[in-house]
Amino acid sequence: MEFKDYYKILGVSHDATAADIKKAFRSLARKYHPDVSKEADSEEKMKEVNEANTVLTDPEKRAAYDQLLQHAGTSADSSDFRPPPGWDAGFEFGQRGPDGAHTADYSDFFAGLFGKRESNTRQNPQKMRGNDRHAKIMLDLEDTYQGTTRNLTLQVLKPDAQGRIVLDEQTLSVRIPKGVYAKQIIRLAGQGDPGIGGEAAGDLFLETHFNPHQRYRIENKDVYTSLPVAPWEAVLGGVIKVPVPDGVVEVRVPENSHGGQKLRLKGRGIPAATPGDFYLTLEIVLPPATTEKERAFYQTMAREFSFNPRQHMGV
Amino acid sequence: MSPEIEAIVLEDAMLNLDELARSCQVSREWVIAHIHCGLLSGNNPDHTDPTAWTFNSHSLIRVRRILTVERDFDCNPELAGLVADLIEEISILRSHLHVSR
Repeated sequence: MEFKDYYKILGVSHDATAADIKKAFRSLARKYHPDVSKEADSEEKMKEVNEANTVLTDPEKRAAYDQLLQHAGTSADSSDFRPPPGWDAGFEFGQRGPDGAHTADYSDFFAGLFGKRESNTRQNPQKMRGNDRHAKIMLDLEDTYQGTTRNLTLQVLKPDAQGRIVLDEQTLSVRIPKGVYAKQIIRLAGQGDPGIGGEAAGDLFLETHFNPHQRYRIENKDVYTSLPVAPWEAVLGGVIKVPVPDGVVEVRVPENSHGGQKLRLKGRGIPAATPGDFYLTLEIVLPPATTEKERAFYQTMAREFSFNPRQHMGV
Repeated sequence: MSPEIEAIVLEDAMLNLDELARSCQVSREWVIAHIHCGLLSGNNPDHTDPTAWTFNSHSLIRVRRILTVERDFDCNPELAGLVADLIEEISILRSHLHVSR
Protein backbone atom coordinates (compact mmCIF):
# COMPACT_ATOMS: atom_id res chain seq x y z
CA MET A 1 0.00 0.00 0.00
CA GLU A 2 1.11 3.55 -0.60
CA PHE A 3 2.16 5.39 2.53
CA LYS A 4 0.12 8.52 3.32
CA ASP A 5 1.78 11.41 5.11
CA TYR A 6 -1.26 12.93 6.76
CA TYR A 7 0.70 15.85 8.18
CA LYS A 8 1.98 16.74 4.72
CA ILE A 9 -1.50 16.40 3.20
CA LEU A 10 -2.89 18.95 5.68
CA GLY A 11 0.29 21.03 5.49
CA VAL A 12 0.85 21.01 9.25
CA SER A 13 3.86 20.11 11.40
CA HIS A 14 4.04 16.96 13.50
CA ASP A 15 3.49 18.97 16.67
CA ALA A 16 0.44 20.78 15.28
CA THR A 17 -2.27 21.48 17.84
CA ALA A 18 -5.91 20.46 17.37
CA ALA A 19 -6.63 24.10 16.49
CA ASP A 20 -3.86 24.13 13.82
CA ILE A 21 -5.29 20.96 12.28
CA LYS A 22 -8.83 22.32 12.29
CA LYS A 23 -7.67 25.54 10.64
CA ALA A 24 -5.69 23.69 7.96
CA PHE A 25 -8.58 21.30 7.29
CA ARG A 26 -11.12 24.11 6.89
CA SER A 27 -8.85 25.96 4.52
CA LEU A 28 -8.39 22.88 2.34
CA ALA A 29 -12.07 21.88 2.62
CA ARG A 30 -12.91 25.26 1.15
CA LYS A 31 -10.23 24.97 -1.55
CA TYR A 32 -11.28 21.49 -2.67
CA HIS A 33 -15.03 21.69 -2.08
CA PRO A 34 -16.31 19.72 -5.09
CA ASP A 35 -19.10 22.21 -5.82
CA VAL A 36 -16.85 25.24 -6.14
CA SER A 37 -13.29 24.03 -6.72
CA LYS A 38 -11.76 24.56 -10.14
CA GLU A 39 -9.08 21.93 -9.50
CA ALA A 40 -9.46 18.96 -11.84
CA ASP A 41 -8.98 16.33 -9.13
CA SER A 42 -10.73 18.19 -6.31
CA GLU A 43 -12.85 15.20 -5.30
CA GLU A 44 -9.83 12.94 -4.89
CA LYS A 45 -7.96 15.68 -3.04
CA MET A 46 -10.94 16.22 -0.73
CA LYS A 47 -11.04 12.52 0.09
CA GLU A 48 -7.36 12.65 1.01
CA VAL A 49 -7.89 15.73 3.16
CA ASN A 50 -10.90 14.12 4.89
CA GLU A 51 -8.86 11.01 5.58
CA ALA A 52 -5.95 12.99 7.04
CA ASN A 53 -8.39 14.99 9.15
CA THR A 54 -10.13 11.84 10.37
CA VAL A 55 -6.86 10.43 11.64
CA LEU A 56 -5.27 13.56 13.04
CA THR A 57 -8.37 14.81 14.87
CA ASP A 58 -8.95 11.51 16.65
CA PRO A 59 -6.45 11.50 19.56
CA GLU A 60 -6.16 7.71 19.59
CA LYS A 61 -5.77 7.35 15.82
CA ARG A 62 -3.27 10.19 15.76
CA ALA A 63 -1.22 8.64 18.58
CA ALA A 64 -1.21 5.28 16.79
CA TYR A 65 -0.26 6.97 13.51
CA ASP A 66 2.57 8.87 15.24
CA GLN A 67 3.76 5.58 16.72
CA LEU A 68 3.65 4.05 13.22
CA LEU A 69 5.76 6.92 11.87
CA GLN A 70 8.35 6.23 14.58
CA HIS A 71 8.35 2.46 13.90
CA ALA A 72 8.39 2.84 10.13
CA GLY A 73 11.32 5.24 9.90
CA THR A 74 12.54 5.68 6.33
CA SER A 75 10.27 2.95 4.92
CA ALA A 76 7.42 5.41 5.43
CA ASP A 77 8.35 6.94 2.06
CA SER A 78 7.75 3.66 0.27
CA SER A 79 5.05 3.20 -2.33
CA ASP A 80 4.77 -0.42 -1.15
CA PHE A 81 4.45 0.28 2.54
CA ARG A 82 3.66 -2.47 5.06
CA PRO A 83 3.08 -1.47 8.69
CA PRO A 84 5.57 -3.19 11.01
CA PRO A 85 4.12 -5.81 13.39
CA GLY A 86 2.82 -4.37 16.64
CA TRP A 87 2.81 -0.77 15.37
CA ASP A 88 -0.63 -0.27 16.92
CA ALA A 89 0.00 -2.04 20.22
CA GLY A 90 -2.08 -0.50 22.96
CA PHE A 91 -4.61 1.19 20.69
CA GLU A 92 -8.22 0.32 20.03
CA PHE A 93 -9.86 2.45 17.38
CA GLY A 94 -12.90 2.23 15.15
CA GLN A 95 -12.73 2.05 11.40
CA ARG A 96 -15.14 4.83 10.63
CA GLY A 97 -14.45 8.48 10.61
CA PRO A 98 -16.29 10.89 12.87
CA ASP A 99 -18.67 11.65 10.05
CA GLY A 100 -19.67 8.03 9.69
CA ALA A 101 -18.09 7.95 6.24
CA HIS A 102 -17.54 4.55 4.75
CA THR A 103 -14.01 3.16 4.75
CA ALA A 104 -14.23 2.77 0.99
CA ASP A 105 -14.18 6.58 0.89
CA TYR A 106 -10.64 6.25 2.23
CA SER A 107 -7.40 4.81 0.87
CA ASP A 108 -6.25 1.23 1.30
CA PHE A 109 -3.56 2.67 3.59
CA PHE A 110 -6.30 3.89 5.94
CA ALA A 111 -8.27 0.64 5.63
CA GLY A 112 -5.13 -1.39 6.30
CA LEU A 113 -4.32 0.57 9.43
CA PHE A 114 -7.69 1.24 10.95
CA GLY A 115 -9.87 -1.54 9.56
CA LYS A 116 -9.26 -4.08 12.30
CA ARG A 117 -12.20 -3.11 14.44
CA GLU A 118 -14.50 -4.02 11.60
CA SER A 119 -13.25 -7.60 11.58
CA ASN A 120 -13.74 -7.79 15.34
CA THR A 121 -17.25 -6.44 14.98
CA ARG A 122 -18.05 -9.08 12.45
CA GLN A 123 -17.19 -11.83 14.91
CA ASN A 124 -19.46 -10.14 17.42
CA PRO A 125 -23.02 -11.41 17.71
CA GLN A 126 -24.23 -7.80 17.47
CA LYS A 127 -26.75 -7.18 14.69
CA MET A 128 -26.69 -4.17 12.43
CA ARG A 129 -28.06 -3.30 9.02
CA GLY A 130 -25.30 -2.39 6.58
CA ASN A 131 -24.71 1.28 5.90
CA ASP A 132 -25.91 2.87 2.69
CA ARG A 133 -23.24 3.99 0.28
CA HIS A 134 -23.21 7.01 -2.03
CA ALA A 135 -21.36 7.47 -5.31
CA LYS A 136 -21.63 9.33 -8.60
CA ILE A 137 -22.22 7.82 -11.99
CA MET A 138 -21.35 9.47 -15.30
CA LEU A 139 -23.75 8.78 -18.16
CA ASP A 140 -23.88 9.71 -21.82
CA LEU A 141 -26.96 11.52 -23.07
CA GLU A 142 -27.74 8.62 -25.40
CA ASP A 143 -27.93 6.31 -22.35
CA THR A 144 -30.98 8.06 -21.01
CA TYR A 145 -32.82 8.00 -24.36
CA GLN A 146 -32.62 4.24 -24.56
CA GLY A 147 -31.80 3.03 -21.06
CA THR A 148 -28.53 1.18 -20.75
CA THR A 149 -26.50 -1.31 -18.77
CA ARG A 150 -23.37 0.05 -17.13
CA ASN A 151 -20.56 -1.80 -15.40
CA LEU A 152 -19.73 0.03 -12.22
CA THR A 153 -16.50 -0.61 -10.34
CA LEU A 154 -16.66 0.14 -6.63
CA GLN A 155 -14.23 -0.17 -3.78
CA VAL A 156 -15.55 -2.51 -1.11
CA LEU A 157 -14.36 -3.82 2.23
CA LYS A 158 -13.29 -7.42 2.25
CA PRO A 159 -11.39 -9.59 4.76
CA ASP A 160 -8.04 -10.85 3.45
CA ALA A 161 -6.41 -14.23 4.26
CA GLN A 162 -5.23 -12.88 7.63
CA GLY A 163 -8.69 -11.60 8.49
CA ARG A 164 -7.69 -7.97 8.07
CA ILE A 165 -10.17 -5.73 6.32
CA VAL A 166 -8.77 -4.48 3.04
CA LEU A 167 -10.18 -2.56 0.11
CA ASP A 168 -11.10 -4.58 -2.92
CA GLU A 169 -12.80 -3.79 -6.22
CA GLN A 170 -16.26 -5.06 -7.04
CA THR A 171 -17.88 -4.70 -10.44
CA LEU A 172 -21.65 -4.35 -10.64
CA SER A 173 -23.68 -4.57 -13.79
CA VAL A 174 -26.36 -1.93 -13.39
CA ARG A 175 -29.44 -1.43 -15.56
CA ILE A 176 -29.94 2.34 -15.87
CA PRO A 177 -33.58 3.17 -16.57
CA LYS A 178 -34.61 5.25 -19.55
CA GLY A 179 -35.38 8.89 -18.80
CA VAL A 180 -32.97 9.67 -15.95
CA TYR A 181 -31.66 13.22 -15.88
CA ALA A 182 -28.77 14.92 -14.12
CA LYS A 183 -28.65 15.06 -10.32
CA GLN A 184 -31.17 12.34 -9.87
CA ILE A 185 -30.50 9.59 -7.39
CA ILE A 186 -30.85 6.01 -8.46
CA ARG A 187 -31.05 3.37 -5.81
CA LEU A 188 -29.58 -0.12 -5.92
CA ALA A 189 -31.16 -2.09 -3.13
CA GLY A 190 -28.82 -4.29 -1.11
CA GLN A 191 -25.61 -3.06 -2.77
CA GLY A 192 -24.33 -0.99 0.17
CA ASP A 193 -22.27 -2.28 3.09
CA PRO A 194 -23.00 -5.85 4.17
CA GLY A 195 -25.19 -6.24 7.26
CA ILE A 196 -23.84 -7.69 10.49
CA GLY A 197 -25.35 -10.67 12.29
CA GLY A 198 -27.63 -11.62 9.42
CA GLU A 199 -29.10 -8.16 9.02
CA ALA A 200 -29.82 -6.74 5.56
CA ALA A 201 -27.15 -5.02 3.49
CA GLY A 202 -27.41 -1.28 2.96
CA ASP A 203 -28.33 0.29 -0.37
CA LEU A 204 -26.15 2.00 -2.93
CA PHE A 205 -27.27 5.46 -4.05
CA LEU A 206 -25.84 6.80 -7.31
CA GLU A 207 -26.05 10.49 -8.23
CA THR A 208 -26.36 10.85 -11.99
CA HIS A 209 -24.24 13.21 -14.06
CA PHE A 210 -23.77 13.51 -17.81
CA ASN A 211 -20.50 13.48 -19.68
CA PRO A 212 -20.05 16.61 -21.78
CA HIS A 213 -21.45 16.01 -25.27
CA GLN A 214 -19.86 17.25 -28.44
CA ARG A 215 -23.20 18.22 -29.98
CA TYR A 216 -25.80 18.60 -27.24
CA ARG A 217 -26.09 20.65 -24.07
CA ILE A 218 -28.40 19.58 -21.28
CA GLU A 219 -30.31 21.61 -18.74
CA ASN A 220 -32.49 19.60 -16.38
CA LYS A 221 -34.70 17.56 -18.76
CA ASP A 222 -34.28 19.86 -21.76
CA VAL A 223 -31.68 19.31 -24.46
CA TYR A 224 -30.21 22.08 -26.61
CA THR A 225 -28.23 22.09 -29.81
CA SER A 226 -27.26 24.47 -32.59
CA LEU A 227 -28.80 23.78 -35.96
CA PRO A 228 -26.80 25.02 -38.97
CA VAL A 229 -29.04 26.16 -41.82
CA ALA A 230 -28.29 27.65 -45.23
CA PRO A 231 -29.47 31.26 -45.81
CA TRP A 232 -32.13 30.10 -48.30
CA GLU A 233 -33.45 27.52 -45.77
CA ALA A 234 -33.81 30.28 -43.19
CA VAL A 235 -35.46 32.74 -45.61
CA LEU A 236 -37.63 30.42 -47.64
CA GLY A 237 -38.39 27.94 -44.87
CA GLY A 238 -38.85 24.25 -45.44
CA VAL A 239 -38.52 20.83 -43.93
CA ILE A 240 -35.00 19.69 -43.00
CA LYS A 241 -33.57 16.60 -41.33
CA VAL A 242 -32.17 17.05 -37.83
CA PRO A 243 -30.19 14.52 -35.79
CA VAL A 244 -31.51 13.97 -32.24
CA PRO A 245 -29.98 11.64 -29.61
CA ASP A 246 -32.33 8.81 -30.52
CA GLY A 247 -32.34 9.16 -34.31
CA VAL A 248 -33.26 11.69 -36.98
CA VAL A 249 -36.39 13.84 -37.14
CA GLU A 250 -37.81 16.15 -39.78
CA VAL A 251 -38.28 19.75 -38.67
CA ARG A 252 -40.09 22.58 -40.43
CA VAL A 253 -38.04 25.77 -40.43
CA PRO A 254 -40.44 28.76 -40.63
CA GLU A 255 -40.09 31.30 -43.44
CA ASN A 256 -37.91 34.34 -42.66
CA SER A 257 -36.19 32.70 -39.68
CA HIS A 258 -33.14 34.46 -38.31
CA GLY A 259 -29.90 33.39 -36.69
CA GLY A 260 -30.24 32.65 -32.95
CA GLN A 261 -33.94 31.86 -33.31
CA LYS A 262 -35.02 28.90 -31.17
CA LEU A 263 -37.26 26.10 -32.36
CA ARG A 264 -38.79 23.81 -29.75
CA LEU A 265 -39.50 20.15 -30.31
CA LYS A 266 -41.97 19.47 -27.54
CA GLY A 267 -41.37 16.30 -25.56
CA ARG A 268 -38.21 15.34 -27.49
CA GLY A 269 -35.85 16.13 -24.59
CA ILE A 270 -34.95 13.57 -21.95
CA PRO A 271 -37.75 10.99 -21.94
CA ALA A 272 -38.58 11.25 -18.21
CA ALA A 273 -42.09 10.63 -16.86
CA THR A 274 -42.76 14.23 -17.90
CA PRO A 275 -40.43 14.49 -20.89
CA GLY A 276 -38.21 17.49 -21.46
CA ASP A 277 -38.14 19.52 -24.68
CA PHE A 278 -35.53 19.65 -27.41
CA TYR A 279 -34.38 23.12 -28.46
CA LEU A 280 -32.71 23.98 -31.75
CA THR A 281 -30.93 27.29 -32.07
CA LEU A 282 -30.71 28.29 -35.72
CA GLU A 283 -27.22 29.13 -36.88
CA ILE A 284 -27.16 30.57 -40.39
CA VAL A 285 -24.10 29.39 -42.26
CA LEU A 286 -22.94 31.33 -45.30
CA PRO A 287 -21.79 29.22 -48.21
CA PRO A 288 -18.30 30.21 -49.35
CA ALA A 289 -18.01 31.56 -52.90
CA THR A 290 -15.27 29.51 -54.45
CA THR A 291 -16.19 29.73 -58.15
CA GLU A 292 -16.92 32.64 -60.45
CA LYS A 293 -20.55 31.58 -60.70
CA GLU A 294 -20.91 31.53 -56.91
CA ARG A 295 -19.29 34.97 -56.63
CA ALA A 296 -21.73 36.25 -59.25
CA PHE A 297 -24.63 35.13 -57.02
CA TYR A 298 -23.30 37.22 -54.13
CA GLN A 299 -22.74 40.20 -56.47
CA THR A 300 -26.34 39.90 -57.62
CA MET A 301 -27.51 39.82 -54.01
CA ALA A 302 -25.42 42.90 -53.18
CA ARG A 303 -27.09 44.78 -56.05
CA GLU A 304 -30.63 43.56 -55.45
CA PHE A 305 -30.87 43.85 -51.65
CA SER A 306 -31.05 47.18 -49.91
CA PHE A 307 -29.80 45.52 -46.73
CA ASN A 308 -27.58 47.14 -44.13
CA PRO A 309 -26.76 44.74 -41.26
CA ARG A 310 -25.23 47.67 -39.27
CA GLN A 311 -28.21 49.99 -39.52
CA HIS A 312 -28.98 49.67 -35.79
CA MET A 313 -25.40 50.86 -35.09
CA GLY A 314 -26.09 54.11 -36.91
CA VAL A 315 -23.64 53.52 -39.75
CA MET B 1 -19.46 -10.32 -12.60
CA SER B 2 -22.70 -10.09 -10.65
CA PRO B 3 -26.06 -10.43 -12.42
CA GLU B 4 -27.63 -7.29 -13.79
CA ILE B 5 -29.10 -5.10 -11.06
CA GLU B 6 -32.15 -2.98 -11.72
CA ALA B 7 -31.67 0.62 -10.61
CA ILE B 8 -34.69 2.53 -9.32
CA VAL B 9 -34.92 6.29 -9.71
CA LEU B 10 -35.71 7.86 -6.36
CA GLU B 11 -38.57 9.87 -7.87
CA ASP B 12 -40.33 6.55 -8.56
CA ALA B 13 -39.88 5.26 -4.99
CA MET B 14 -39.16 8.15 -2.67
CA LEU B 15 -37.43 7.79 0.70
CA ASN B 16 -39.32 8.06 3.95
CA LEU B 17 -37.96 9.97 6.95
CA ASP B 18 -36.18 6.98 8.48
CA GLU B 19 -34.62 5.92 5.17
CA LEU B 20 -33.35 9.44 4.50
CA ALA B 21 -31.89 9.75 8.01
CA ARG B 22 -30.29 6.31 7.87
CA SER B 23 -28.84 6.89 4.43
CA CYS B 24 -27.18 10.14 5.50
CA GLN B 25 -26.25 8.78 8.94
CA VAL B 26 -28.10 11.46 10.84
CA SER B 27 -30.88 11.13 13.37
CA ARG B 28 -34.50 11.55 12.32
CA GLU B 29 -34.60 14.46 14.80
CA TRP B 30 -31.82 16.15 12.78
CA VAL B 31 -33.96 15.93 9.63
CA ILE B 32 -37.14 17.08 11.41
CA ALA B 33 -35.32 20.04 12.98
CA HIS B 34 -33.90 21.10 9.60
CA ILE B 35 -37.34 20.86 7.99
CA HIS B 36 -38.88 22.94 10.76
CA CYS B 37 -36.15 25.57 10.19
CA GLY B 38 -37.08 25.66 6.49
CA LEU B 39 -33.66 24.36 5.41
CA LEU B 40 -34.99 21.16 3.90
CA SER B 41 -38.20 20.25 2.25
CA GLY B 42 -39.98 17.03 1.58
CA ASN B 43 -43.23 15.99 0.04
CA ASN B 44 -46.02 17.17 2.37
CA PRO B 45 -43.59 18.88 4.77
CA ASP B 46 -46.47 20.71 6.45
CA HIS B 47 -48.08 17.47 7.43
CA THR B 48 -48.04 17.08 11.18
CA ASP B 49 -46.94 13.47 10.99
CA PRO B 50 -43.26 13.27 9.91
CA THR B 51 -43.59 9.57 9.15
CA ALA B 52 -45.79 10.58 6.19
CA TRP B 53 -43.08 12.76 4.62
CA THR B 54 -41.30 11.53 1.52
CA PHE B 55 -38.05 12.75 0.01
CA ASN B 56 -36.73 12.89 -3.56
CA SER B 57 -33.26 13.07 -5.12
CA HIS B 58 -32.89 16.78 -4.42
CA SER B 59 -33.65 16.24 -0.72
CA LEU B 60 -31.01 13.54 -0.39
CA ILE B 61 -28.35 15.59 -2.19
CA ARG B 62 -29.23 18.65 -0.10
CA VAL B 63 -29.09 16.80 3.22
CA ARG B 64 -25.63 15.45 2.38
CA ARG B 65 -24.47 18.90 1.28
CA ILE B 66 -25.74 20.69 4.41
CA LEU B 67 -24.32 17.94 6.60
CA THR B 68 -20.88 18.24 4.99
CA VAL B 69 -20.79 22.01 5.41
CA GLU B 70 -21.98 21.83 9.04
CA ARG B 71 -19.40 19.18 9.83
CA ASP B 72 -16.41 20.54 7.92
CA PHE B 73 -16.79 24.12 9.13
CA ASP B 74 -18.50 23.56 12.49
CA CYS B 75 -21.16 25.98 11.37
CA ASN B 76 -24.77 26.37 12.38
CA PRO B 77 -27.58 24.91 10.24
CA GLU B 78 -28.73 28.28 8.90
CA LEU B 79 -25.29 29.10 7.53
CA ALA B 80 -24.97 25.61 6.03
CA GLY B 81 -28.41 26.09 4.46
CA LEU B 82 -27.30 29.43 2.98
CA VAL B 83 -24.18 27.78 1.51
CA ALA B 84 -26.34 25.01 0.05
CA ASP B 85 -28.70 27.62 -1.47
CA LEU B 86 -25.77 29.44 -3.06
CA ILE B 87 -24.25 26.22 -4.41
CA GLU B 88 -27.59 25.31 -5.97
CA GLU B 89 -27.91 28.81 -7.45
CA ILE B 90 -24.40 28.63 -8.91
CA SER B 91 -25.21 25.26 -10.41
CA ILE B 92 -28.35 26.66 -12.11
CA LEU B 93 -26.46 29.70 -13.43
CA ARG B 94 -23.61 27.54 -14.73
CA SER B 95 -26.13 25.36 -16.47
CA HIS B 96 -27.78 28.42 -18.11
CA LEU B 97 -24.37 29.72 -19.14
CA HIS B 98 -23.40 26.38 -20.64
CA VAL B 99 -26.65 26.20 -22.61
CA SER B 100 -26.36 29.75 -23.94
CA ARG B 101 -22.81 29.25 -25.27
